[in-house]
Amino acid sequence: MTFLTQILNGLQIGSIYALVALGYSMVYGIIKLINFAHGEIIMVGSYLTWYMIARAGVASPIAIAVAIVGCAFLGMAIEKVAYSPLRSSPRISLLITAIGISYLLQNVAQLIFTANPRMFTNLFPGTVVIGELRLPMVTVITIAVSVVIMIGLTLLVNMTKIGKAMRAVSEDTDAARLMGINVNSTISFTFGLGSALAAIASVLYCCSYSIIEPTMGSMFGLKAFVASVLGGIGSMPGAMLGGLVIGVAESLTNGYINSSYTDAIVFGILIVVLLVKPTGFMGRTMNEKV
Amino acid sequence: MKKFLALVLVFAMMFTMAACSGSSDDTIKVGVIGCYTGEVAVYGNTTFQGIELYVDELNANGGINGKKVELVKYDDKGDATEAVNAYNKLVSADNVVAIIGSVTSTPTIAVSQASEADGVPIITGTATHLDVTAYGNNMFRACFVDDLQAKTMANVAKANGVTKAAVIFNNSDSYSTGVQESFVKYCGELGIEIVASESYGKDATDFSAQLTNIAAKNPEIIFIPEYYNNVYLVAKQAREMGVTVPFYGVDGCDGVLGIEGADVSYLEGILFCNHYTTADESEVVQSFLSNYKAKYNEDPTSFSALGYDAALIMCNAIEAAGVTEASPEAYAKVIEAVRASATDGVTGHITYENADGTPTKATKVIEIKGGEYTFYGEY
Repeated sequence: MTFLTQILNGLQIGSIYALVALGYSMVYGIIKLINFAHGEIIMVGSYLTWYMIARAGVASPIAIAVAIVGCAFLGMAIEKVAYSPLRSSPRISLLITAIGISYLLQNVAQLIFTANPRMFTNLFPGTVVIGELRLPMVTVITIAVSVVIMIGLTLLVNMTKIGKAMRAVSEDTDAARLMGINVNSTISFTFGLGSALAAIASVLYCCSYSIIEPTMGSMFGLKAFVASVLGGIGSMPGAMLGGLVIGVAESLTNGYINSSYTDAIVFGILIVVLLVKPTGFMGRTMNEKV
Repeated sequence: MKKFLALVLVFAMMFTMAACSGSSDDTIKVGVIGCYTGEVAVYGNTTFQGIELYVDELNANGGINGKKVELVKYDDKGDATEAVNAYNKLVSADNVVAIIGSVTSTPTIAVSQASEADGVPIITGTATHLDVTAYGNNMFRACFVDDLQAKTMANVAKANGVTKAAVIFNNSDSYSTGVQESFVKYCGELGIEIVASESYGKDATDFSAQLTNIAAKNPEIIFIPEYYNNVYLVAKQAREMGVTVPFYGVDGCDGVLGIEGADVSYLEGILFCNHYTTADESEVVQSFLSNYKAKYNEDPTSFSALGYDAALIMCNAIEAAGVTEASPEAYAKVIEAVRASATDGVTGHITYENADGTPTKATKVIEIKGGEYTFYGEY
């Protein structure tokens, strides 16, 4: 029973990692950029939701909607302002710009909200009892929401017109443009979608773990990045699998080995997987690449 | 180029001389180091308000030997490196006669080590780790040590008939690991079995794996030697997982009810060891309470009380030693005076009979009941 609970704990944090990892993977798939500012979107999403609830006093569904829309626009704005002028420059310039944006967002948040951590009130309190198993409501909701989103996202990419455009642009940008696909708006849409997922992840994260601070995005973003590399960067099912593997590995290390080794083991798994299979778990299934 | 360099040097000399003349004015400079921003900012700010309250009262009554006390304040953000930087600035640039600080144990230990060679008299109100006074003879504190807190909480557990306890602690913090080790030791002596010992690292926010393990062992209490932010996070996650075992904490718990946006129902029933209680009827405590409330329009915490006492002890010692300016002889005289002092402070009667700078005093246990701190007993 303890083991099952530990697995569920791992799936909870793992599905949050997966949502963020999807953002890394989609952006990498479409413009070959490791968007290091993506972790900071989580932080912005957390602060937006917190501010709307604790300061502006609006109802939580509206606050979540504001955070999702706000982050989506922020993601698109970052792409327009910082990345699109550099689209033809070497990839290292883009990468460094991404790191710069990440610091910019962190420091702006520190200026506005100060370095003091804030507490986020759980929007889904309560406990679910299934037989002998007692689970916090938020665990159940996190896992359920993630599953729904992942299914929805797979349908979006495979069944819709914009999904087809995303796949085409990631396959060959120039050919896609020749076929009459609007490359700019497709890239914008991908950034917006990835950032919206990060905003949802941030709300789920804050409900379980309460504390928000300007630097919260960096380690979280790094773990999600590891998850996307582990699954095969550019691959959507890979990002989902990678996130879940990282989450469960963390939880089992905390539960059965020693919490001091958690990060060492997470990054150790990454090194081992990359040595054995450099493309990650699913890096070869190119047809899903977005 | 040479001319330019010469000019620069002349200017530099003028400024150093100006700095020299600055120290001979009508004030006695006392340095203050604490955490005023960052994770443990609440401690630093409330401690400083206690220090400031005492010094303002002192200055209003004429200061020390006709001179006013001037506080020179630096922020260490709870970080050891920042604290040593602040210490170096206070000693080499500001020429303070004594220092009050820092607030949490990790930076204070760093300052203690750095100050050993200089012999600057330092008193910390609040750093409870054993090693704080383990270096030079210049380091004092107004609070008791972690070991005593752990002993008190083990005794409380024994008195409540506890036979199986669990501990959860932060393995990257010296305060947390230190109290945990002492608690385990005293539990062993009192025959309380430690059924689970779980830890987490710096910046951890997910405690569900550790709490799942603890819950599986069915302890009667969970001991959490931690600062208030993590106490809140752990208590919240435990209660949401359906773990209803009572929590025992130490003085780091103080301030937990002040967290913005916290749901205090998660904290109901926490017992923790503390330095002072508002239930004390003595005049020094009651006037401290009313003056503090009047000045800052909020209730003091035990950190404010300890800051007040630290400032009281140090200023009395400076007065007794009759020093006004920094020098190695002045440092030695102040240290001598602190060691000989006997102070009736807000947190009790404080003397320095031990070889190191730790006083002997009683501990108080506080219970969180109905969203308030209430007095539980004295040990």
